[in-house]
Amino acid sequence: MLASGILNETGKSMLEVARAGAGAIVTKSLGIAERSGHPNPCIAEIECGLLNAMGLPNPGVKAYADDIKEAKAGGVPVFGSAIGGSPEEIAEVAVALSAAGVDAVELNLSCPHAKGYGVEIGSSPEKVREVCGGVKSMIDIPVFAKLTPNTSSIASLASAAEEGGADGIVAINTLKGMTICPELKMPVLSNRIGGLSGPAIRSVGVRCVFEIFEAVNIPVIGVGGISTARDALEYIMAGAQAVQIGTAIRSQGTAVFADVCVGLSDFMSENGYKSVSDMVGVAHVADT
Amino acid sequence: MPTHRILAITGQTDEAPDCRTVRLDGAMDAQPGQFVMVWVPGRDEFPMSVSYIGDNFGVTYRIVGNGTRSLSAMNPGDKIGIRGPYGRGFEITGRRMLAIAGGTGMASIAPLVEKAVESGVEVDLALGAKTAPELIMRGRCEEAGAKVHVSTDDGSAGMKGLATDIAAKVLDGGDFDSVCACGPERMTTGVLDLAQKRGLPLQASLERYMKCGIGVCDSCAIDGKHVCVDGPVFSREVLASLTDLGRTRLSISGRRVPLD
Repeated sequence: MLASGILNETGKSMLEVARAGAGAIVTKSLGIAERSGHPNPCIAEIECGLLNAMGLPNPGVKAYADDIKEAKAGGVPVFGSAIGGSPEEIAEVAVALSAAGVDAVELNLSCPHAKGYGVEIGSSPEKVREVCGGVKSMIDIPVFAKLTPNTSSIASLASAAEEGGADGIVAINTLKGMTICPELKMPVLSNRIGGLSGPAIRSVGVRCVFEIFEAVNIPVIGVGGISTARDALEYIMAGAQAVQIGTAIRSQGTAVFADVCVGLSDFMSENGYKSVSDMVGVAHVADT
Repeated sequence: MPTHRILAITGQTDEAPDCRTVRLDGAMDAQPGQFVMVWVPGRDEFPMSVSYIGDNFGVTYRIVGNGTRSLSAMNPGDKIGIRGPYGRGFEITGRRMLAIAGGTGMASIAPLVEKAVESGVEVDLALGAKTAPELIMRGRCEEAGAKVHVSTDDGSAGMKGLATDIAAKVLDGGDFDSVCACGPERMTTGVLDLAQKRGLPLQASLERYMKCGIGVCDSCAIDGKHVCVDGPVFSREVLASLTDLGRTRLSISGRRVPLD
């Protein structure tokens, strides 16, 4: 799946990603109102990843409806990513996304770089439960909660989402980070703090999915630093039923989706697995 | 790998009213047409064409907002951040090239003209601007050995008309096998039309608002292509396939708006 925040500001870009082999597409995070995001620089290229503080730029969910339609032409499920400053606002966005024709909603309860949005709601289990419950009462399509690793217990957030009625969990969003330019004596990002993605966070994501898998009975989608089939296998064996890819597009382009799928098939035939579900969570078997 | 190279400004020169070139204490190995992200500390970061390649490299910019105004007020010794070069530049092909530049589009055409002449290509340049003072880097291209044809919207220099008008005239008078263009999008759509009608290979550079510059954020998307990594220089075939060309762009929030 294409992860939210990457190549998904426009319908045609999402269509290209679907054609490149992604099994599903997640949209850019959308709110009720238009947002410009943070001023540039909003991205810093660092070792093993990217640090970004885009600040959730989006044209507003209503202006994005045509892009959803265009993306749907790719023939794969489209997940609409919702943001909001309150549980009511998030539910309103989810309703609008559903009306625009998305196949599922992903609640972004975990953006680390936009004040009042995402992680400020998503770091309390009570709020996560409330938001999931509110959204579930308004729409009929599946609801996924995308959770933050910037917490002492992501498993309790996942349990709260399950209690609220979420149909699945997406983990993880970016890790809070900062990079400073020594010559200029200042943080590079205009927002100072950003979210770290890419290979640097993969082992954190795998650990989070592993913990969530043990805490809940709903499906988990793994995301964070996946660029090869082997990376995807780590998430799958930790308990993910599907995986999302974002930052790897920077170095590998959209070909990364087909490459990972081919690598997974090769691994499965070499090791006698008939389907991906035969591999989900198998790393837990070794537990005593 | 630090995210930006921090370089000192060695000097700034006025090219035209509201158009300046900043030279930096560093080298840039880039193709003509490629761009860099320029970070004005504490203000903004924006994409700019590399107008001087190699040692003491430079970028040429129009003063259009607070960020570029701050840059224009910076002095020798002040430091800015650079990342790049990014994107696909111009490829030098054929034996006789018509380069077409409109206004500050010369920032990427001037180094192309120099490199093309150096590689043995015979180059004509059609250079257009609104008024005579806005014709930039003309002497530079003449010195390089290009035959320069000038037009201005108001007739204050050269032929009265648009860059596409003078370009059409030059194309009719010569046997060209390559056309390269950079200018406002109205000009680019006109140039595309000229190249399509004549069946000539065309490469033209596009401009869009950018955030990441590295092909992930989608803010410079045009019909599923990305100006930062698939461009800024696109082929005639790609340009002809773009339904947004000359019509719409994305705003800072990602809203589709009419092209200015």
